[in-house]
Amino acid sequence: MIKFAPQLINLFATLILLLSFAMISQRRIVSLINLFMIQGAALVAASFLLGYVTHQPDLYVSGALTLVLKVMLIPWMLYRMIAKLNVRWDVESLFNVPTTMLVGIGLVIFSFSLALPISRLSDSLAGGSLGIALACVFLSFMMMITRSKAVPQVIGFLSMENGLIFAATTVTNGMPMIVEFGIALDVLVGVLILGVFMFQIREKFDSLDIHNLEALKED
Amino acid sequence: MNSLTHPGAWIHLDWVLVVVVAWLLIGLAGVLALRRFRFVAVVLFPMGACFSVLLMAVALSAAFASPEVAVLPLGLPQLPFHLRLDSLSAFFLLLIGGVSAGVSAFAAGYFRQGEGTPPGLICLEYHVFLASIALVVMADDAYVFMVVWETMAFSSFFLVMANHRIPEIRNAGYLYMLVAHIGALGILLCFGLLQANTGDYTFANMRQQHLTPFWGSVAFVLAVFGFGAKAGVLPLHAWLPEAHPAAPSPFSALMSGVMLKIALYGMLRVAFDLLQDQIWWWGVLLMTLGLASALFGVVFSTVQVEMKRLLAYSSIENIGLICTGLGLSLLFFSYGMQALSALALTAALYHMISHAFFKSLLFCSTGAVMHATGERSLGKLGGLIRTMPWVAWPTLMGVLACGGLPPFGGFVAEWLLLQSFLFTTGLPSAFLDMLVPVMAALIALIAALSGYTMVKYFGVIFLGQPREEKLQAAHDAGWWERMGMLWLVSGCMLLGLFPNQVIALMEPVTKSLVQAGLAHTASDNSWLLVPVSMERASYAPAIFLLGVLAAFGLAFVLVRKLYHGRMRRVPPWDCGHPWQTARMQDTAEGFGQPIRQIFEPFFRMKRHLPSAFDAQPHYRVTVEDPLWYWLYLPVARLVERVSRIVGMLQQGRIAVYLMYSFATLVVVLLVVKR
Amino acid sequence: MSALGIFSQLLALVTALLLAPLLTGWVNQWRAWLQNKSAPGLLQPYRMLHKLFKKESLVAEHASSLFRMAPYLIFGCMALASAIIPTLSTDLPLSPAADAIALVGLFALARVFISLAAMDIGTAFGTLGARREMLVGFLAEPALLMVLFCASMITKSTSLTAIVETLAHRELAIYPSLLLAGVAFTMVSLAENARVPVDNPDTHLELTMIHEALILEYSARHLALLEWAASLKLFAYSCIGLALFFPWGVAEANAPLALVLALPMLVFKLAMGGMALAMVETASAKMRIFRVPEFLGTAFLLAVIGLLVNVLLGVG
Repeated sequence: MIKFAPQLINLFATLILLLSFAMISQRRIVSLINLFMIQGAALVAASFLLGYVTHQPDLYVSGALTLVLKVMLIPWMLYRMIAKLNVRWDVESLFNVPTTMLVGIGLVIFSFSLALPISRLSDSLAGGSLGIALACVFLSFMMMITRSKAVPQVIGFLSMENGLIFAATTVTNGMPMIVEFGIALDVLVGVLILGVFMFQIREKFDSLDIHNLEALKED
Repeated sequence: MNSLTHPGAWIHLDWVLVVVVAWLLIGLAGVLALRRFRFVAVVLFPMGACFSVLLMAVALSAAFASPEVAVLPLGLPQLPFHLRLDSLSAFFLLLIGGVSAGVSAFAAGYFRQGEGTPPGLICLEYHVFLASIALVVMADDAYVFMVVWETMAFSSFFLVMANHRIPEIRNAGYLYMLVAHIGALGILLCFGLLQANTGDYTFANMRQQHLTPFWGSVAFVLAVFGFGAKAGVLPLHAWLPEAHPAAPSPFSALMSGVMLKIALYGMLRVAFDLLQDQIWWWGVLLMTLGLASALFGVVFSTVQVEMKRLLAYSSIENIGLICTGLGLSLLFFSYGMQALSALALTAALYHMISHAFFKSLLFCSTGAVMHATGERSLGKLGGLIRTMPWVAWPTLMGVLACGGLPPFGGFVAEWLLLQSFLFTTGLPSAFLDMLVPVMAALIALIAALSGYTMVKYFGVIFLGQPREEKLQAAHDAGWWERMGMLWLVSGCMLLGLFPNQVIALMEPVTKSLVQAGLAHTASDNSWLLVPVSMERASYAPAIFLLGVLAAFGLAFVLVRKLYHGRMRRVPPWDCGHPWQTARMQDTAEGFGQPIRQIFEPFFRMKRHLPSAFDAQPHYRVTVEDPLWYWLYLPVARLVERVSRIVGMLQQGRIAVYLMYSFATLVVVLLVVKR
Repeated sequence: MSALGIFSQLLALVTALLLAPLLTGWVNQWRAWLQNKSAPGLLQPYRMLHKLFKKESLVAEHASSLFRMAPYLIFGCMALASAIIPTLSTDLPLSPAADAIALVGLFALARVFISLAAMDIGTAFGTLGARREMLVGFLAEPALLMVLFCASMITKSTSLTAIVETLAHRELAIYPSLLLAGVAFTMVSLAENARVPVDNPDTHLELTMIHEALILEYSARHLALLEWAASLKLFAYSCIGLALFFPWGVAEANAPLALVLALPMLVFKLAMGGMALAMVETASAKMRIFRVPEFLGTAFLLAVIGLLVNVLLGVG
């Protein structure tokens, strides 16, 4: 098992990247939440595996935190939210998918070429996945930019956070515990506040389309 | 017997000069027989074709010989003509000879009365064009190079304007001339830099010079600009889709098949031979420009509705792919990886010679179709395979070669190019290491799209039902035209089936340019193409052809033996709707519509949709080149504005002109006084 | 070129020709069972071929010789493709020709000919099918090529036999790029073999057809050859997938007895693959034709990212 650990971690990294890409072209909100859940699960598996191999209990705690938060709590909250907002079966029209994908490829090349010299310096077991983690962060950011409805933007934000934690896990074997707890709390609170926002937007404009917010501009 | 150029036995260079002089004499004979088109068509052009075959034989023999130099006392008193025949020149002479033999034979059958220019004059321009091209590849100093380059440009200009009574053709000719001269300026400046202040413009001297990286890069960029303008590389490509359709078909064939390659010859000569210290980003620049042109060209060719414009954009695509190969070769060479550089260079050269053959074949077929039907728009053709089989079947071979399908030459070139892209993990820079697989992906995409275009081309013109009534009466090609096209088809097939022999021909070229060659591994296995090693990759065109034919034959025979071969002719399936017309099949616009939708950002489209209130509803879409509006028109407007400002100097009053002379005199005296 | 080599080559070819309709029948069986219908029987494709060969061929009045020649040519291409993919053994006399790029070129040749044959009659359906087939092809072909390149980069060779030998004999290693390549390959084979979600092979509505519209005009022996060629194509794609991702069990050059084991192993792997295909088909709905370029574009980009991951992780 230990012999395969670097390869397995690379495998999980690739899975996370694959899911980020799949999220970009996904139209249905329910599928987006499912993909986010699977991404969280992959992150948990990677953390546990790395913790087992390097004998660092911190990573177990970090993994458990991610499990509770990202795989169980937040998806449940999101499901409830979209049920209440009545957008469960919405199908969103996407901004030109081929262009988005091409830009995605460009971002992947950029992050890979950035990460290559850094990962050669790292002495962690899975230094090679820094580039992949960075690519996930960029792709999620791009997803936030190109989406026009509120819930996918929130999911993009959460997915970006996934990528950051994965980067931290693989390169430096996790962040200090205080930082992890702090980030987890921030994320939780963030989602709650975003939920409140979504209800407000919905009340004012009768739709969750972000472009309506431009009407608030003072001209 | 003393040779033409120096005392002693005849060398290959002499024979090439014999061919050049013969062509010039044929051209002169054409002028003397100005309007006797029978004589021109049946005697003079075939004679030209015979001399092309002689040129091919000379080039084949010269390819393995050592370089030969000659100095001709023509030209200005202190600037004689230096000529040199080395393996690179021999390769291009082979290309010129091979293609022009087929095209001259085709042109012999092509001419009809009343084309605007008298046939004798066309004969002169054609053969002067051929002669100047042959001299360009042998030029060994900048002076003779520019002289014959300009001759080539002028003669092709007159050929493009052969039907000068039509205004669009005149505009196309002027645009062509303009871009050709802008390119020539770039080339001239490049040569000026290459001679590095020594005053000696011979290439031999330029090879000795070692320019600083800055000046070397400037020279390279000027060479890419100048030769790229002539080759049709983005963004200096706008003349190609105008000039190629405007010229008569045999000359479009020559321009697309041969002249564009001569521009690439220039790039090769400057980048690999004359410049001594290559830098890595030169290759990257060339690759980027090449890929951009290729993608642009193929996407535009899919949406064209006129046959020759489609082929012109397809030429832009192929030139882009060749430039990508050249750029990759340059990149490897600048890092000292000579074996890989030879592989990429071989791929580019192979693509050059295949493209020369199959593109000329396709343009010749458009000529035959135009003469038979009088139509050039794809929307008015169709079903010609039944009335013109002698044109349709060679065109099918050409279409398969152009689409990069086995077992033709285009596939071998692509195979070699993709192989050279796969070796990239040895590059020192991580960024380049990652960029190169992405470029390989783009090349695969471009190749697939060119297959799409070629299916559209062949399907809309030759297959289906005739979209106009008069197409039923289309006549097949004449004997000369058939011979020309069959010659070109056999060229395509030979290039596809005997890659080892062709690579053996190219080895002296790669040896002289990058000091490495493929032939020793390639010819160890005679019927297999093995560029590097057996475990790495191998390709057997003979197996493919024989395998498919064997399966074909076996299936045919077995089915007939075990079952039967009965057949009955019935009307086609109409899904219960009995009124089927020829208009119900796909149009050229329809076939290209998916590509137009996917690649929408590339185009500048104007669409007119029918509304419910139109008395006569119609739908029109025009697809135009966005670079024309972003680059060419703004530059043209800028030039106009500057010339208007400068034109203010022309006051028209004598007093002002006298004042100009007076002011100049005063300024000169002031300067001299110090 | 030993006698054993020639024998295994012929065996591979005959196996392909005989097993391909069986594979199609197996997939159809499972689709029917998963949809709670009763299946037509495993040997139905053979009966169908026999029935078609017996019939008299009806050809449109103005069809050219290209139309009549195309089925034989396409069948020949597919038979050659099945013969050179290393299914049973890697010691084949034709293995020098088993190059990945050449294989993709062979598929492209078949695709071009079937599109041209469809355009030959000049009805609306044929040309519509030709346009759609070339659209699917222009994106699927580079995606397939990139998937094969992923494997080539890992094994440092584009020869299929070398890929199979290297992947089967390296000690077990997990290549993340092969995950991406696998997803991309699945998407591409669904598209190229005209399966749901790209094209429904059971459809009778001409406006939704891609592959069926191309062969609409064909009948009797021509249609039989084209159906057989389609089965061979599915067989070939499955074998490529097995060769890249599950290469174990293929006989080597110096192990003649392994040939005996290779055949049941192949049948087993194909059966699993067929079941998986039927499950994917049942679980998906057919896409609108406008979404197909996106679908295939995603496959292409996943394959390219697989290549990039290879470079990043320093493999090959």
